[in-house]
Amino acid sequence: MAITTLNPPRIAKSRLTGRLVAQIKRHPTVALGSSLLLLMVAMALLAPLLQTHGPQDISPADRLQNPSSEFVFGTDMLGRDLYSRVVHGSKISLLVGVGVAAISISVGLAIGLLTGFLRWFDAIVMRIMDGLMSIPPVLLAIALMALAGASIQNVIMAIAIAEIPRVVRLVRSLVLSLREEPYVEAAVSSGTPLLRILIRHILPNTLAPLLVQGTYIFASAMILEAILSFIGAGTPPEIPSWGNIMAEGRTYFQSAPFIILFPGFFLSLAVLAVNLLGDGLRDALDPRLARRL
Amino acid sequence: MFSYIVQRLLATIPVMGVVALVVFSLLYFSPGDPATIIAGDMASEEDVREIREQMGLDQPYFVRFGTWIGGVLQGDLGTSIFTNRPVADLIMQRLEPTVALTVSTMIVAVALAVPLGIIAAWKAGTAIDRIVMGFAVLGFSVPVFVIAYTLILIFSVWLEVLPVQGYVSITEGFLPFVQHLILPSLALGAVFAALIARITRASMLEVLSQDYVRTAKSKGLNQKEVLLRHALKNAAVPIVTIIGIGVALLIGGVVITETVFAIPGLGRLTVDAILRRDYPIIQGVILLFSFVYVFINLLVDVSYCFFDPRIRY
Repeated sequence: MAITTLNPPRIAKSRLTGRLVAQIKRHPTVALGSSLLLLMVAMALLAPLLQTHGPQDISPADRLQNPSSEFVFGTDMLGRDLYSRVVHGSKISLLVGVGVAAISISVGLAIGLLTGFLRWFDAIVMRIMDGLMSIPPVLLAIALMALAGASIQNVIMAIAIAEIPRVVRLVRSLVLSLREEPYVEAAVSSGTPLLRILIRHILPNTLAPLLVQGTYIFASAMILEAILSFIGAGTPPEIPSWGNIMAEGRTYFQSAPFIILFPGFFLSLAVLAVNLLGDGLRDALDPRLARRL
Repeated sequence: MFSYIVQRLLATIPVMGVVALVVFSLLYFSPGDPATIIAGDMASEEDVREIREQMGLDQPYFVRFGTWIGGVLQGDLGTSIFTNRPVADLIMQRLEPTVALTVSTMIVAVALAVPLGIIAAWKAGTAIDRIVMGFAVLGFSVPVFVIAYTLILIFSVWLEVLPVQGYVSITEGFLPFVQHLILPSLALGAVFAALIARITRASMLEVLSQDYVRTAKSKGLNQKEVLLRHALKNAAVPIVTIIGIGVALLIGGVVITETVFAIPGLGRLTVDAILRRDYPIIQGVILLFSFVYVFINLLVDVSYCFFDPRIRY
């Protein structure tokens, strides 16, 4: 595996820029994706500085204004500045994306590692995972949200639960093939405790595929959050998430399409950034896959 | 072959069992007490307790699960809290638009994506390949409702060639039926098509590097023959597999697409049920969709034998 491309040998500082340029040339999608994503993160962190109006400031006199020099993206049906709302919306999407990816990867990793080694655990857990995977993720998330009620934490948990089975599947398949490796066999036969084998020998080899999987979960979690908010089962409506802004614009779409299109554009851009990063990482980390996909 | 199908059918029983357990738990743990709602505002505590006993709500979890699953197997999906009508009836009423939408989307997506994937693989590394794969990445990244609204804006608001929203049953005329389905199918099909195009290209690339393809080319068969007869059929198994798996994406997208285009189907029913907290409907729809998903993937598994006679079970 070409993991070396991510961990270049130690080199003198003067050559670092040259290496960086070479890396960008070799993996342009990683560079493009990560710079787009950095821009989004900067937008989320600097939202209070970038805003031109308060994202919640109502001004009935200015309702449904077209984009102008004062309201760069126009205003919504309550006269709130769309640009400032979209800027603040980036926080929610990124938070949900990162939160879901972190939770589903760590929980999925823990369960997956154990299923690969404990037969009885495997038999029970994989039946449950198969069942959960037969429920389309959007519906499972909708059902959980209907139970739990609207809040950002619940959105993150609901989407994470819908994603965990896929992570478990991936980790389990990795573990099953790693288990046959001679060095693992050697560790088992020399009486190494299970936990130590998992952490020292198995875990490091699952990280590269999980990193790639994590970016895809990040991307689909952002879309799922927007979907849940859009149908009224996601982020509480008073928080300006991109899905909520679009949901509010539904009634006015024919007269004021920009209310939906601006947040939609930023959502697509954010998802595109993360997807590009994921594709690039996959190609960089596993050249065999790069040739196939 | 036959014993394989039976075996696969049996294997879906535990899967559907888990699905049923998850779906049942949804209602079991849902807030609100159906007995109180049915009893009404004027009911005494005694009345509520009586209704609860009648409905079996005082029984333990697994007893209630048993009763419920028994009903489901006989087609009884419970009663809607809001409309007080059988969930199965409500689902049947909304079935046609959703079936029309998903079938037309699958046709559109497969008809677009498979040829594009073949061309991309055939011309791998060229500008055509890059453009097709670029569109595939976009299809993954632009959410279904953003595509939907962009299409509405272009074709319905600006060009005024297609209806903005709504659904017309096929019994009321074929042309309006098709006209109302074009934009929803394109919007819903984008992700699906992106997925299929990508896998088709990958699978074709693998097959095109095989010896028998080189032999076929060198004995002078024309390109089309080689691509379709020799390569595509051998590349079919991953493509069919991804179509089966992609149905999950499609089902999720139906909920949104029907909301955007005001199509009175199962997705719309679900969204309304969420807003009204009508859990039996949510339960019924999820159960149905999961069953369809499992069944389609069963068909996919069985179809392997047709595409690749080497696969025998």
